[in-house]
Amino acid sequence: MSSRSPAGRKLVQAGAFSLLWVSALLSVLVLASVVGYVMIKGIPELNLSFFTTPPRGGLSGEGGISSTIVATLYLVVMTLLVAAPLGIGAGVFLVEYAESMQNRLMKPLIRIARFGVETLAGVPSIIFGLFGYALFVTLMHFGFSLLSASLAGACLILPVVIRTTEEALKAVPQSYREGSLSLGATRWETIRRVVLPSAVPGITTGMILGVGRIISETAVFYVTLGGSYRTPTSILSSGRTMALHVFYLAMETRAFEKAMATGAVLIACIIAVNLAINAVSRRLTAGGGRW
Amino acid sequence: MPEPRMRTIDYCLYYGGFRALNSISMDIPPNMITAIIGPSGCGKSTFLRSFNRMNELIPGVRVTGKVLLDGEDIFSLDVVSLRRKVGMVFQRPNPFPKSIFDNVAYGPRIHGLRKGDSLAALVERSLKAAALWDEVKDDLQKSALSLSGGQQQRLCIARALAVEPEVILMDEPASALDPIATLKIEELLQTLKENYTIVIVTHNMQQAARVSDFTAFLLMDESRAGNLVEFGPTKQIFTTPRDSRTEDYISGRFG
Amino acid sequence: MTGTVSARGRMKRLTDSAMGLVLLGSALVSVTIVLLIGLFTLKEALPAFRDIGLVRLLTGTEWRPGQDLYGLFAMIAGSVLVTLGAIVLGLPLALGCAVFLAEVAPAWVRAVVKPSIELLAGIPSVVFGLFGMVVLVPMVRGIDVPGNAGFGLLSASMVLAVMILPTIASVAEVALRSVPEEYRQGSLALGATRWETLRRVTVPAARSGMLAAVVLGLGRALGETIAMIMVIGNAVMMPEAATSNPLTIFLSRARTLTGNIAVEINYATGLHAAALFATGVVLFVLIMIVNASARALLASGMRRG
Repeated sequence: MSSRSPAGRKLVQAGAFSLLWVSALLSVLVLASVVGYVMIKGIPELNLSFFTTPPRGGLSGEGGISSTIVATLYLVVMTLLVAAPLGIGAGVFLVEYAESMQNRLMKPLIRIARFGVETLAGVPSIIFGLFGYALFVTLMHFGFSLLSASLAGACLILPVVIRTTEEALKAVPQSYREGSLSLGATRWETIRRVVLPSAVPGITTGMILGVGRIISETAVFYVTLGGSYRTPTSILSSGRTMALHVFYLAMETRAFEKAMATGAVLIACIIAVNLAINAVSRRLTAGGGRW
Repeated sequence: MPEPRMRTIDYCLYYGGFRALNSISMDIPPNMITAIIGPSGCGKSTFLRSFNRMNELIPGVRVTGKVLLDGEDIFSLDVVSLRRKVGMVFQRPNPFPKSIFDNVAYGPRIHGLRKGDSLAALVERSLKAAALWDEVKDDLQKSALSLSGGQQQRLCIARALAVEPEVILMDEPASALDPIATLKIEELLQTLKENYTIVIVTHNMQQAARVSDFTAFLLMDESRAGNLVEFGPTKQIFTTPRDSRTEDYISGRFG
Repeated sequence: MTGTVSARGRMKRLTDSAMGLVLLGSALVSVTIVLLIGLFTLKEALPAFRDIGLVRLLTGTEWRPGQDLYGLFAMIAGSVLVTLGAIVLGLPLALGCAVFLAEVAPAWVRAVVKPSIELLAGIPSVVFGLFGMVVLVPMVRGIDVPGNAGFGLLSASMVLAVMILPTIASVAEVALRSVPEEYRQGSLALGATRWETLRRVTVPAARSGMLAAVVLGLGRALGETIAMIMVIGNAVMMPEAATSNPLTIFLSRARTLTGNIAVEINYATGLHAAALFATGVVLFVLIMIVNASARALLASGMRRG
């Protein structure tokens, strides 16, 4: 091994770095081609009546997507109604209470709770579907319905909500808590009046992430929501979210143009979700947190 | 005074629009220890990092003036070759998360060995020169992170020596160490200067007085830019400083 | 006066501990859900394990609900092969992307690439499936091999490769970014180039985190359902090579464990349903193993860091 020339080593670096550039560009290209393709094929199909008329079934997938928009909205709201209080509560407990509870009864309980959250986060969505189908659809006789689907969906997004809540709370400076406690406030008063208000943007991010998950999830709702394309009239109605509609259009009616159009709307929703998250976290930064 | 190993001429450094170093001209004599002292924030470390162009890693940094190594402009040199000739030891020991051997062998492995030299011999020579060999020779495969702070710092010195530099820059190399480890490093410096030119930044004036041959005193002016106030033999700087600000500083009247 | 104050104080303390209990309750809900999922799936799967037997369930290659034949081996092979294909296709790109974002990208390029990758993570799997059906399947169909219909492992691997890219890239990027700056500076100060520093110091120091990223990607790939149903063909068959070239195995149609559940659960009864729940158990165990190893890797990286 003799002394290596700096020029040769620079050349190796240039080669390696260009490969890295290529891999990043390729990734962006892949994204652009998926999004671009669906948008280009889908957007020409869009018009006002597409959004205001329900699907009419049929082999070419006639009609629009109005009832699927309604079903998606209902499902998002119902899921959040279940998952938000539970998830935020669990997050608050794990950050604000768990540390100080070191007695013999609580310690294992807290360990189990943490294990539960971690496990839940790794469970593949079809398992939630399977579980939801067995428990809510069959055993509890909710049938294929918004109720079954939103309960299964709540289980699905619970870990997201818990984790983002935990992170938001951990980011609240300890001095806030000390300040409030030193004034004689109880722990709960401190949480409610000082900690939670400063964690609102972070928790909101978690909610929006959950909304994104529900909008894009298909497998869980395929086995819990049924597939009726009529507008749901009660929480026991079957229904179709937009994502589910794309699946049915592609797999059953083979109406790819309509599927692309619905897909374009879905992508637009996801972009909106990402923008919302960015906006919230920008406020978070501008608000002068610890970042 | 012999031909300087390194010199700066009208050297200025800017962070964006802020001037951090103001027109510094200074010579680094060969095989001597040159200490740079001054109050915190005066730009000592920034100045030190100018000698091996480490400031280039910071976005928005711009320099004017010249820095020479053996009469050659370091900005016309290849940065890799420059850093091979001008090594650096950091304030906090920063061994890589590898074995002791692999840490010292890192430089020779990337640069290539000189003909007829073996890696093991070079590692041993470097560890001996850094006065660490006797403590680690039985277990060179041990993780470097398992060493004590003082040993880690001597390992970093050995790592720098293994690429056979001409100049070694030391940025407060003992400030994170206990007094005994500090003493060891200071003793080591005295043996190293036979073969190397050493520039050391220190906030500890006693240390500068103890170990160095020449001392430079930096101070920030009204616009918070670092200026070279006085440079000379250490003995003269600490006994008969020419500038009243130097006298104020070494007698502890500010900073 | 003091009486009312202390009464109020008692009230406050009462609220405080009551809220503590309420919050503990909500924390335990997630545990309950995990327990319920586990218990339910196991309970429903029990008849399958009892009447079919674990060995025949895992090693049987025939899945014919009409004749009460329930072997999952073909689906296990399908899941494993498609995951393997996705890793081979997606891993270089994903890791390249991570290293690029963490170490090489100028700020403005990062500001474009990073949100793109994040967006990629959010795109619904049904859209990837649709794209696969309309664009990739016809492309794959162009490969001239007998019996190749386009739907199959290759199309599915391609779709999956794109889907796991953001997971792997973002976790690996975090791992690289958490390597202390001192390591890089130490290496650069010795005259190493940025590439040498990256290859010999930064990447080795981030190794366990990057490995965890890959394992998490594996978990994601094994769990994907809808996009797989749309492009893999869903035929219950052992994937096999159509010609002497063993790579043509990837042109074979197949079915994943996840797809098996989704496609059949809504009309299954009796032992058939139980066998599908057993599919869920197998999938659950597989993913638990994968995720546990990812967690262990991340933890070991933390300790050494």
